[in-house]
Amino acid sequence: MKMVKRAFAASMALLFGSSPAMAAWSDLNLRVGVTELSREIYGLHMLILWICVAIAVAVFAVMIYSIATFRKSKGAVPATFDHNTKAEVIWTVIPVLILVGMAVPAARTLVKIDDTRGSELTVKVTGYQWKWQYEYVDQGISFFSTLARSSDEARQLDSGIAPESVDNYLLEVDNPLVVPVGRKVRVLITANDVIHAWWVPDFGMKKDAIPGYINELWFRADEPGVYRGQCAELCGRDHGFMPVVVEVKPQAEYDAWIEAQKAARQAAAAPVAQTAAIAPPVDHVETLRVVNAE
Amino acid sequence: MSATKTHGAAGHAHEHDDHGPAKGFTRWLTTTNHKDIGTMYLVFSLVMFLVGGAMALVIRAELFMPGMQLVDPGFFNTMTTVHALIMVFGAVMPATVGLANWMIPLQIGAPDMALPRMNNFSFWLLVAAFSLLILSLFMPGGGPAAGWTLYPPLVLQTGDALPLAIFAIHLAGASSIMGAINIIVTIMNLRAPGMTLLKMPLFVWSWLITAYLLIAVMPVFAGAVTMLLTDHFFHTTFFAAAGGGDPVLYQHIFWFFGHPEVYIMILPAFGIVSEIIPTFSRKPLFGYDAMVYATASIAFLSFIVWAHHMFTVGMPLAGEMFFMLSTMLIAVPTGVKVFNWTATMWRGSLSFETPMLFALAFLFLFTIGGFSGLMMAIAPVDFQYHDTYFIVAHFHYVLVPGAVFAIMAAVYYWLPKWTGHMYDTKLANLHFWISAIFVNLLFFPQHFLGLAGMPRRIPDYSTQFADWNMVSSIGAFGFGLAQLLFVYVIYKCAKGGTRVSAEVWDDARVEGLEWSVPSPAPYHTFDEAPVVK
Repeated sequence: MKMVKRAFAASMALLFGSSPAMAAWSDLNLRVGVTELSREIYGLHMLILWICVAIAVAVFAVMIYSIATFRKSKGAVPATFDHNTKAEVIWTVIPVLILVGMAVPAARTLVKIDDTRGSELTVKVTGYQWKWQYEYVDQGISFFSTLARSSDEARQLDSGIAPESVDNYLLEVDNPLVVPVGRKVRVLITANDVIHAWWVPDFGMKKDAIPGYINELWFRADEPGVYRGQCAELCGRDHGFMPVVVEVKPQAEYDAWIEAQKAARQAAAAPVAQTAAIAPPVDHVETLRVVNAE
Repeated sequence: MSATKTHGAAGHAHEHDDHGPAKGFTRWLTTTNHKDIGTMYLVFSLVMFLVGGAMALVIRAELFMPGMQLVDPGFFNTMTTVHALIMVFGAVMPATVGLANWMIPLQIGAPDMALPRMNNFSFWLLVAAFSLLILSLFMPGGGPAAGWTLYPPLVLQTGDALPLAIFAIHLAGASSIMGAINIIVTIMNLRAPGMTLLKMPLFVWSWLITAYLLIAVMPVFAGAVTMLLTDHFFHTTFFAAAGGGDPVLYQHIFWFFGHPEVYIMILPAFGIVSEIIPTFSRKPLFGYDAMVYATASIAFLSFIVWAHHMFTVGMPLAGEMFFMLSTMLIAVPTGVKVFNWTATMWRGSLSFETPMLFALAFLFLFTIGGFSGLMMAIAPVDFQYHDTYFIVAHFHYVLVPGAVFAIMAAVYYWLPKWTGHMYDTKLANLHFWISAIFVNLLFFPQHFLGLAGMPRRIPDYSTQFADWNMVSSIGAFGFGLAQLLFVYVIYKCAKGGTRVSAEVWDDARVEGLEWSVPSPAPYHTFDEAPVVK
């Protein structure tokens, strides 16, 4: 019953988009996000949505009027016309004009998205089956990010653990990517095995991670917080279980985090000779050794 | 579009005892008769629709609630992959080929298809193809699970199912190409005297254009999957970066096939709707010429928009700009079609028989799918929509209440012509209403899921997506069950029912040669070509 009520509220929200039911509306629509690009994309999305709604209302109104009025059961006598050049020209030209109106702002945003110049931090993301590796190119920090254990246990077939009881079910990782707020972050994206896609809806950006390619995207998060996304390209059995979590921290906290990471790596790498700069973080040394031993 | 009706043409009055169908199963195995082959295609596609539908229900059952309850994630991926392959190549395409086989000769006044033996061969190849595909489910390592797009490198991780799936695609492709050649040759050579190209029924026109698309792109797909095969078994590296190959190359080749393929599925549906709406509006189709040109423009544009399926692969800016703009252009001819159908109804005299109900549902719901398609054409926004349930909602809107509803409309339109009986219209209308309601319950909420951030092809999801997934699953089961009613209505109609006249829809505006032959259409029709003025 709760579900039916929710569905009803949701459809009401859909009908009266800008009315009080704003909470429900946000469940139904694209997220505005926290970056300049995500806001522009949201604006474009709404622009096109409303244009489509307006056209739909006009076209469906004519269809419904025809269905309601020109009925044989009401004794309607069919007309015999089968074309009208003026009307046909009008409904070819007007859509072209509307499309031009959409294309201009879309092209402008596209150019902005493409411009990765002037970034203040570069992070390299590598997709693996089924985890992400994050490398801070300039700081020499690198680590893997996998599905949180609580989610992983709950998602096993017939685990008996209710997903509702797990915090951020399937959207939590052990080691999130950490970036500073208000900085232009350039993300280089590649993959080591099959194609993945790195996506954080609140940043408005998604890019395929392709073996042999290095793609790039950029974002500048305006508000600190934890932003969650998922792999968006089918990558095999556990495609649904490799979330993306990004923690956006104030600059000072970010700096402290970087220092802590460096310190931790030095401590861990001390026995392992000179490879500290590229050595993986503590919790993955074990895994890598196992792999190498095989 | 003025076809003369040759009422009860003299050629059909006497018995063809020397040309009747063979007895028993041999009839179906060796037949070269376009009606038999059309029937086999349609029955085959109905069976595949149910098999593919059952797989969809496995998917929706697992997605009913968050958490993994029923299947392994690998098997889930197999289900999404094989569901799509079966629905595209086994259900929608064979259904439209079956309709073409039945109706093109009847609509152009030809005695049969031009290449009847090849016609038989192309059908039975399809059976072989889908036997292989179904067998691939039972191979060590499980069935194909890389999505119907079969992207490398993932697809190369498939077990022993890979060669079976690829050969299935080869055979289905060969079958489609033969069918397409047959349709083109038939339309070009066997039209009744006087039926010029611009007097052909719209269904024939749309199939003529579709057939050219098929011949153009099926070999491309066959080439792409053959390269997968050699990459997997013969150490080539067409798509392997480590060997100097390029995984994105596959996507370009695939979508060069894949986008026209979308129109291969929808153009015949456009043709069907263009037949049915004038009939039950009792008014000639508005803008016949414009309809033909719009169909041809859509077909042309379908070759230059493929990379809009790949906006996130990291194309250069100029590439993204080009594919965004070319894709937006498709809205123009598609809009023309929708406006023309609407104008056909305007000041008509409408009645709402089952085929008209399906055609009207098509008109509304396909248009919704068209709008979401336009939204996805906008590349920057597609960065958000791409690979989410928004896409799933979009293409199911154009394929299910789009192509599939049009096919159902065609079945309800011509079934009395095929069987000589009117079906149970109450049950048929019930089938319509249940289907129309549940299909929206099934697919509309998927727009919300996609916008809220749910990726496609995942077996389990975060709890914030729970409500709409449950609604969607309820819709799926309702829609699925309604199709059993469809099977029953067809079965009952084949077995018996009220006799219908040659014109079937006596009080509507029947036009076209198919209504000039008796109902049921005799085994051989138009032994002598009718004359079209």
